[in-house]
Amino acid sequence: MRTIARRRVVSALMMTLTYVAAAIATLPLLFILFHLVREGAAALGPDFFTSTPRPVGEAGGGMANAIVGTLVVVGIASAVGLPVGVGAGLYLAENRGTRLAWTVRFLSDVLNGLPSIVLGIFAWDLLVRPFGQFSAIAGGMALGAIMIPLVTRATEEMISLVPGSLREAALALGYPRWRTSLTIVLRTALPGIVTGALVAVARVAGETAPLLFTAFGNQFWSTSVTQPIAALPLQIFTYAISPYDEWHAQAWAGALVLIAIVLVISVVSRFVTRARFGTGSD
Amino acid sequence: MTEATLGGEVPAAPRSGGAAGARMGGAAFGDRAYQLAILGFALFIPLLLVAIAGAVVSAGWPALREFGGSFLTSSRWDAVNGEFGAAPAIFGTLVSSFLALLIATPLAVGVAIFLSEFAPSWLRQPVAFLVDLLAAVPSVVYGLWGIFVLVPVLREHVMPFLADTLKLGRTPFFSGPAYGPSMLAAGLVLAIMVLPYVSAVTREVLLAVPRSQREAALALGATRWEMIWDAVLPYARSGIVGGIILGLGRALGETMAVTMVIGNRHELSASLFAPGYTLASLIANEFSEATGDLHLSALMAAGTTLFVLTLIVNAIARWLVWQVARGPRGR
Repeated sequence: MRTIARRRVVSALMMTLTYVAAAIATLPLLFILFHLVREGAAALGPDFFTSTPRPVGEAGGGMANAIVGTLVVVGIASAVGLPVGVGAGLYLAENRGTRLAWTVRFLSDVLNGLPSIVLGIFAWDLLVRPFGQFSAIAGGMALGAIMIPLVTRATEEMISLVPGSLREAALALGYPRWRTSLTIVLRTALPGIVTGALVAVARVAGETAPLLFTAFGNQFWSTSVTQPIAALPLQIFTYAISPYDEWHAQAWAGALVLIAIVLVISVVSRFVTRARFGTGSD
Repeated sequence: MTEATLGGEVPAAPRSGGAAGARMGGAAFGDRAYQLAILGFALFIPLLLVAIAGAVVSAGWPALREFGGSFLTSSRWDAVNGEFGAAPAIFGTLVSSFLALLIATPLAVGVAIFLSEFAPSWLRQPVAFLVDLLAAVPSVVYGLWGIFVLVPVLREHVMPFLADTLKLGRTPFFSGPAYGPSMLAAGLVLAIMVLPYVSAVTREVLLAVPRSQREAALALGATRWEMIWDAVLPYARSGIVGGIILGLGRALGETMAVTMVIGNRHELSASLFAPGYTLASLIANEFSEATGDLHLSALMAAGTTLFVLTLIVNAIARWLVWQVARGPRGR
């Protein structure tokens, strides 16, 4: 019998279930953070940031080479990803209705959905196989390819938000179109674009798969871009699947550092975006 | 972002001659150069995609030609004898992803409904924030947590519980020894990783349902839940499905976390307790040590398979979400 009482009970029950779902959904993050802090803090000391890995069996050592390696590889990725992303974003924003823009936007989304390991083997085929060696450049290029669609989308959205009146005012004052776009419109949209770029950087900093056969990893200190180079996620992976306890501890510490970097950037960019545009509908 | 044309088209430069002519000439050159530059950057993307497709497919071609259809159906992956069949990997990719979505979808839709309908306003932002933050955690960190926290819990508590206490061990899906690393572990980790994507899309789609729908249902005497179930969800259905398929696309391509918890064994098994393999973890594990050209080509062929798979799935997802954005269809 579908009495009103029974319907109300069902409604209350379902509401409780959604509360439960929300609780369950927030648990994994809290669990992961809890374990990272508990396991990682033990191995984390000033040594961690300044020394290179020790041979197995020796206590101590750190991931200084991996941290610097990540910076190098991400730097190379940004050198490729940012110009292409911003340029493509500008093109898409200024030529919105055209067929080509639609195609490029679609293909950018396709690129975004590509598994990162496929990008890794592509970069291997193009930049490692011909030269016969792993290199930081190959890793950086693979990561750059991941950055491009993220930066493109962010740029396109931010540029589209700049009011047309600003552009028209500049043109009315005699600015050429190219100068309007670059010095007026782009500059206005810049904070949002920088935020988008930072999010892309945070994303790429945590990527491991593309680096597996491009940057390859390095137990020693190296900053050369034409040699294999260590990277934080790579090092974490290598240590995690190893059978040594000291290395496991180091992996936790490395993961703690990595997630700290990624989360700080994500949180800051969220706050900046919200502060600029007010509380979004959530 | 709506299709606002606030930035809009760049208006055509006004033609003028005379004294401004010389300056216009210089500006025209600058304009030309600028247009070409951004066009070049924009064209980089299709070029990159074509290059990726070309490189991966052509590198995998020798193996595909050698084995033909049996590459997709054979279970023999024998590097020593030069026989490569990727069926376990394909099977594992599909099963782990579907399992992940099976677990994640009710949770994600539940969270989205919670956030859009039931949550008190002070709770809305923090919960949404925490769920979205799941997407920011690097895959290798999920894998690390999976190896040292999830897998032992599965091995020592969950799997014995499922097999013995619930007597599910009798069924083929929960049979076999509880090693720990398994399809179940991979499905669980993937579910956590996919949750934020499905949840975000569902949330957006639910918010896009017009108030009038909600108010009409309530005015007709529906309870809160009946309003959601009968008036809101059907409206949002294709968008939610789009979000699910988007999550599927993510899960299919996920490499690191899966490699670390799935057990990495070339075997087709119906049991969730059994270790398995996925296309992505196959490539990740064997690529740097591939013995011989045929092995390498087989791995590239696996990459091609993965490429095509995610391409199709993502295209479907985007088409579905686009359908919702275009507007409602009659029930």
